[in-house]
Amino acid sequence: MALDSRVPSGPIEQAWDRARFEMKLVNPANKRKYNVIVVGSGLAGGSAAATLGELGYNVKCFCFQDSPRRAHSIAAQGGINAAKNYQNDGDSIYRLFYDTVKGGDFRSREANVYRLAQISVHIIDQCVAQGVPFAREYGGFLANRSFGGAQVSRTFYARGQTGQQLLLGAYQALEAQVDAGRVKMFPRTEMLDLVVIDGRARGIVSRSLVTGKIETHVADAVILATGGYGNVFYLSTNAKGSNCTAIWRAHRRGAAFANPCFTQIHPTCIPVSGEYQSKLTLMSESLRNDGRIWVPRDPGDKRSPSQIPENERDYYLERRYPSFGNLVPRDVASRAAKAVCDEGRGVGETGLGVYLDFGDAIKRLGRHVIEERYGNLFEMYERITGDNPYVTPMRIFPAIHYTMGGLWVDYQLMSTIPGLFVLGEANFSDHGANRLGASALMQGLSDGYFVIPYTLGNYLASNKLDKVDAASPGFQAVTTDVEDRLKRLLSVRGKRTVASFHRELGRIMWDYCGMSRNAEGLEHAIGAIRNLREEYWRNVNVPGSEGDLNQQLESAGRVADFLELGELMCIDALHRNESCGGHFREEFQTEDGEALRDDAHYQYVAAWEYKGPNTSPELHREPLEFNYVHPAQRSYK
Amino acid sequence: MNLILHVWRQKNASEKGRMERYEANDVNPDMSFLEMMDVVNENLITQGSEPIAFEHDCREGICGSCGFMINGIAHGPQRGTTVCQLHMRHFKDGDELYLEPWRARAFPVIKDLVVDRGAFDRIISAGGYITAHTGSAPDANALPVPKTDADRAMDAAACIGCGACVAACPNASAALFTGAKISHLGLLPQGQPERSRRALAMVAQYNRELFGSCTNIGECEAVCPKEIRIEVISRMNRDYLKAAWKDRSALRDDQAETEPKAGGRR
Repeated sequence: MALDSRVPSGPIEQAWDRARFEMKLVNPANKRKYNVIVVGSGLAGGSAAATLGELGYNVKCFCFQDSPRRAHSIAAQGGINAAKNYQNDGDSIYRLFYDTVKGGDFRSREANVYRLAQISVHIIDQCVAQGVPFAREYGGFLANRSFGGAQVSRTFYARGQTGQQLLLGAYQALEAQVDAGRVKMFPRTEMLDLVVIDGRARGIVSRSLVTGKIETHVADAVILATGGYGNVFYLSTNAKGSNCTAIWRAHRRGAAFANPCFTQIHPTCIPVSGEYQSKLTLMSESLRNDGRIWVPRDPGDKRSPSQIPENERDYYLERRYPSFGNLVPRDVASRAAKAVCDEGRGVGETGLGVYLDFGDAIKRLGRHVIEERYGNLFEMYERITGDNPYVTPMRIFPAIHYTMGGLWVDYQLMSTIPGLFVLGEANFSDHGANRLGASALMQGLSDGYFVIPYTLGNYLASNKLDKVDAASPGFQAVTTDVEDRLKRLLSVRGKRTVASFHRELGRIMWDYCGMSRNAEGLEHAIGAIRNLREEYWRNVNVPGSEGDLNQQLESAGRVADFLELGELMCIDALHRNESCGGHFREEFQTEDGEALRDDAHYQYVAAWEYKGPNTSPELHREPLEFNYVHPAQRSYK
Repeated sequence: MNLILHVWRQKNASEKGRMERYEANDVNPDMSFLEMMDVVNENLITQGSEPIAFEHDCREGICGSCGFMINGIAHGPQRGTTVCQLHMRHFKDGDELYLEPWRARAFPVIKDLVVDRGAFDRIISAGGYITAHTGSAPDANALPVPKTDADRAMDAAACIGCGACVAACPNASAALFTGAKISHLGLLPQGQPERSRRALAMVAQYNRELFGSCTNIGECEAVCPKEIRIEVISRMNRDYLKAAWKDRSALRDDQAETEPKAGGRR
């Protein structure tokens, strides 16, 4: 397997322009002759399907939800970055590029990130034109705020529902194309495998979640925009349905999986309250703009927060990182929270929590200002916990939120399988080892609206594709695989529920491959996951049949894939003998507990090739070059 | 606490459904309603029965997947709250709860508490958008939008498309849903060129889907988890009347108005 990143040569500022000029175009009259499959309908998939439909391609778009409007992008709260510099506060495309490369701890590809920063300004234009109701100033112009680790105000937002509004913009554009007959939508349909014929992605096998019907879909190219795999941890801020099946099945068919261990732990989530917990709820990190994070100075201090005087509180982020304070990037804030809890200074019943206190902000700005900025988040917090954050400080704790790793793609977003493109969180490309706040929405829309329309055309125009049909042996073989697997899951009839396996896997991952990792723990986890996977196929209980709506069967297939992916994540985390971004290996840290990178040995993308069940995957390295932003130890002090 | 649940069980669209009784014991008040249902389902699976199918995804009240009737109220007793965000501390030991799917002709039952809300997508598809092909947009600040208009547009745009408004309405009307989108886009300057066509096309599709008509009862507003105001319906009616009077030519032939058919409640 060769990794050719296809990064254009020459100055980075002109790389995307040059690449676009060099790309071949599909004649407008010929576009309708090409069939394109888009799996996923979130910001990346929805915007891609809509735009490709507008261009004239024949698009089929799939989502497992009952409507494309429900993709998990909808839950993004805080905002979307763009280098508009409307605030005249020193922002520029170069600065957004610089911040993103640095924030990613020098594990992303410079050219991709530069393109992302360039495109960011067009995204805002496009979304405003679609009617996305961004926050505005009284003069009618767009408002901005600073967000998670940035020293400029470049984040555009729509209250605490930015993801929802951006997704509805893409969804409406998609529905317009459905009406125009350019996109055929397949809701409640799950992709269960990828079909590769003569080395190229030529279609998928899907299952209708209502009737259970297995169907094949032939195409000239397949685009996966199926989001991240944070649910491998069972408890995460992801939607319950978010899963890795599409990318994992593609991985098994030959797509390299890059940096699987790079996961993001979000510092501001509502702490776990009990064993029944089904998911974790994020509190937007915009709260850190006005909230101050603290724990009691002394371990074991169980007084209520109002009883703890000012001089017995430790505002540990302000103390350790005076220049960024409460706004340090997510990985740094999460680890710092873990550190104080490990010292026995955590708050709440479980001791796994820290305070996020708005007392000072309310005194300084008045309650009405705080209410206007965060009212809906405060309500949500109160609904879940029963506490009123205007009076009592919020309790927060880190939780799995995003996965920077994903299928390896080149500069044109194509995986190692020709004709298989991967967009958004599902790919690995832009965030390195840590993603900055408000950059996920930016990347999803950049990939979907502004990158894939060019690179897909280039692929189709430069390759002569043979005609294939669904009756060909290639499609039949994959269909049989899919059917056999479903039958196998239903035939075990063991004693344990799917959720109990998933919970156990999540616990292993969180304990050994979570906020901090070490070699011994990872080796243990690999063994434990193998044992659990072995038990799964022998002892899982999947009730019902395959011929109707069977939510347990859906979940069973996804958990089976998580049980394989989890092992790969641990293998990747074990091989990377350094700490960088969200990947913190306890053996590799500075004296004051900061991540210690090893650029001499690990300045590369780890792309893993699948070698068969229960066989070790093969590591391929894509070396990373930094010609513009020179690697340095990240410092937010 | 211990609860008694009476749940609508229906194998699929063609079979008849019925209420079944279940016990939910040792319910923790900090659980969400759906977590309580998860526990009930885990027990059903362990006992060899089929779990109750219900729709859910984000469990943060934003995706709009979840929703069913709890004792006749869409999304249950707490105002402005989806069922996934409803917590068990609002119930008490011994409560008896009746859980039923959204009931409307336009929302056929798929299984148990799961219904087909595809009609909402088709209403949006008919005209609930601003045509702005990717790449054609001017600079985002080229068109100032008064803050109050942007805020009101955002109020309407907060709709999550869950369908509670339809379920609560005695006529099974989708006026709140349709009006919310018409208001969101119609309040913004970008939405003006297609304003008439949008109202005509969306209302026509709404009628075609066999939703009932609005008779200003207001149940929709009362149950809406995003607290969308009923004024969006007046806005829809005004846009529709104005367009029907002045701009019928804005409508494509295939979208011509259809008379409301016998729709509404099932």
